[in-house]
Amino acid sequence: MTARLAYVGRRILLTIPVLIATSIFVFLLIRLVPGDPVQTMLGIRATPDNVATVRAQLGLDKPLPEQYWTWITGVLHGDLGQDFISHEPITSLLGVSLPITLELTVLAMLLAVLVGVPLGVLAAVKGRWTRRISGGFVVAAISIPEFWLGIMLVLLFTGVLHLLPPNGWVPITQDVGLNITYMILPVLALALGQTAYLLRTTRAAMLGTAGEPYVAFLHAKGLRTRTVIYLHMLRNASGPIVTVAGIQFGVLLGGAIVVENLFALPGVGRMVVGAISNRNYVVVQGGVLVIATLFILVNLLTDIVHGLLDPRVEEAVAR
Amino acid sequence: MSAPLEKDGQEDGQKGGTVGAAVTASPTTASSTTASSTTASATAAPILAFDDVRVDYRGRSSTVSAVAGVSLELRAGETFGLVGESGCGKTTLSMAVMGLLPDRAQVSGEIRFRGEDLVTMPAGRRRRLRGDDVSMVFQDPATSLDATFPIGEQVAETIRAHRSVSRREARDRALQLLAEVGIPDPAARYSDPPHRLSGGMRQRVVIAAALANDPDLLLADEPTTALDVTIQAQILDLLAQLKQRHGMTMLLITHDLGVVAQICDRVGVMYAGQLVEVAPVDQLFAAPRHPYTRALLQALPSRAQRSGRLAVVEGQVPDLSEPPSGCRFKERCPHRMPVCDTTPAATPAGAGSVACWLETVDRATNVELAEQVGGAA
Repeated sequence: MTARLAYVGRRILLTIPVLIATSIFVFLLIRLVPGDPVQTMLGIRATPDNVATVRAQLGLDKPLPEQYWTWITGVLHGDLGQDFISHEPITSLLGVSLPITLELTVLAMLLAVLVGVPLGVLAAVKGRWTRRISGGFVVAAISIPEFWLGIMLVLLFTGVLHLLPPNGWVPITQDVGLNITYMILPVLALALGQTAYLLRTTRAAMLGTAGEPYVAFLHAKGLRTRTVIYLHMLRNASGPIVTVAGIQFGVLLGGAIVVENLFALPGVGRMVVGAISNRNYVVVQGGVLVIATLFILVNLLTDIVHGLLDPRVEEAVAR
Repeated sequence: MSAPLEKDGQEDGQKGGTVGAAVTASPTTASSTTASSTTASATAAPILAFDDVRVDYRGRSSTVSAVAGVSLELRAGETFGLVGESGCGKTTLSMAVMGLLPDRAQVSGEIRFRGEDLVTMPAGRRRRLRGDDVSMVFQDPATSLDATFPIGEQVAETIRAHRSVSRREARDRALQLLAEVGIPDPAARYSDPPHRLSGGMRQRVVIAAALANDPDLLLADEPTTALDVTIQAQILDLLAQLKQRHGMTMLLITHDLGVVAQICDRVGVMYAGQLVEVAPVDQLFAAPRHPYTRALLQALPSRAQRSGRLAVVEGQVPDLSEPPSGCRFKERCPHRMPVCDTTPAATPAGAGSVACWLETVDRATNVELAEQVGGAA
């Protein structure tokens, strides 16, 4: 138990420098992008004086370390800054868009895990045909890009079957059923590739455990095949599966940007893309920071789950 | 081949104890003709019988004949040692008993457990037999436990797989078993993952799991090979004790003749998938009959040290994907005859049996040859 707490504690401490580095990176990256945000904001006819005034108002005339310090202390106090254009606080923009992105990615992840992992197990333990069909599915699903799949899904479910709306969004607080209806296609488009990755990882990890002597011993103890596979082999195979799922969550967040734009979902991805074309970099900065932090936290969670599933991991790190 | 034969005197007392258990576990009707006390249970009903068992591993391009026509009976209550070098089919044979061979292995012949053929038994019934009536201990305790599960649960789950008991009862029974196999403070170790235990302790856990449901037959596949020498002796002692206390029959698979001398009643010698000789332990060491058995005993370091060099069995084990016809030892045998191209039947020899043409073709010559070989050593 103490080893477990030490592991979790150490893992959390390790996350702090990563978060700091990420914030610096996000801050600098946006400033390296060509184009003057103030000029873009004020339009072509703005005089240099105007530009200088606004620049001073925004604090952009100060040295970078000072700018960073002002920004990061704000962030730590829950203030991500203000939108240049609408003058709305970034936090209230995120208050609307972040739940949408989270709903989209979490549903896609759930779907991918609930479908990909069991199929991966089956592909590992069943006969040749299951293996071939799942192999074909994996290659196809990984190769298909989300935007193309999304369009095809819209064509099928809206154009041909008239079952689902092509795009749009209704807040979950307004109508849960309708909200889900709008979410189905984006989630499918996002989840397919992840399902395939998880299927492939699960299959490989399960095959890796199949030849282990402890599996033979479990059978020798007279355990049911089901117990051996789903309780023991899957738990031993869970390391790679959990790790890949965690990393793939980052890919999902990236994919969400494409999918949100395709299906007109007002999530963080859509917000950031819109902000980039306006050089609205306080919004970009806020959005990217939130997404990156989310990814880091998911990875933290991944490692903690991995440690819980395999006691060797905890002790190796805690030592 | 670590334990030297000089230990014989020391082991005799222990062996006597084991035999005593065998006798009480299986009433004998008559003692055999030999003087050896180890064969006292000679006529007890076989608990496990192999009848012309063959195992072929089918590959893409070739088929490996791993076990080629083994017939053998294990008597209730005895400790039977199965010896032979790596790849001679002893592990395959035990996995065939457990029904744990990979799909590409094809088993023919009959393996009867208490008269019931295991080879043709439905999978479900066979599963219920495993870990309940027939158990197995594997070679390497570092890999035979699930690294992600507490050791206590790995014992308890064996009970729950066969008995409808509550978690609590299974846990209590598992704690008893862990204590019985010599795990100090079982309640404290119950939730430990395997890697917190030493190799010897892990093997004790494996044994506890194997014995959880009081099996009648225990297969032990090289149970001490992966352990330090001092731990080896402890584990062997433990197995011998438990076997006696639980009235089990034990099939001990090993390549270590020292282990055989220490705890077995009878021995079977395998070579390249064939069972070449079966004999009571004393007889095997005192008067080995098959040329391979003799060569094997001569290769024991304790004997060879007198001449300063290690004796070896000349030649190579045949390729089992293209096994030679007849006796598989013939290529390396100093007594090779034309008749060796057909498989010799097992013929009675003393209290055992030998599958060698020397036994039947010319007994007179055989004795001469035996003396020659004995003198050379």
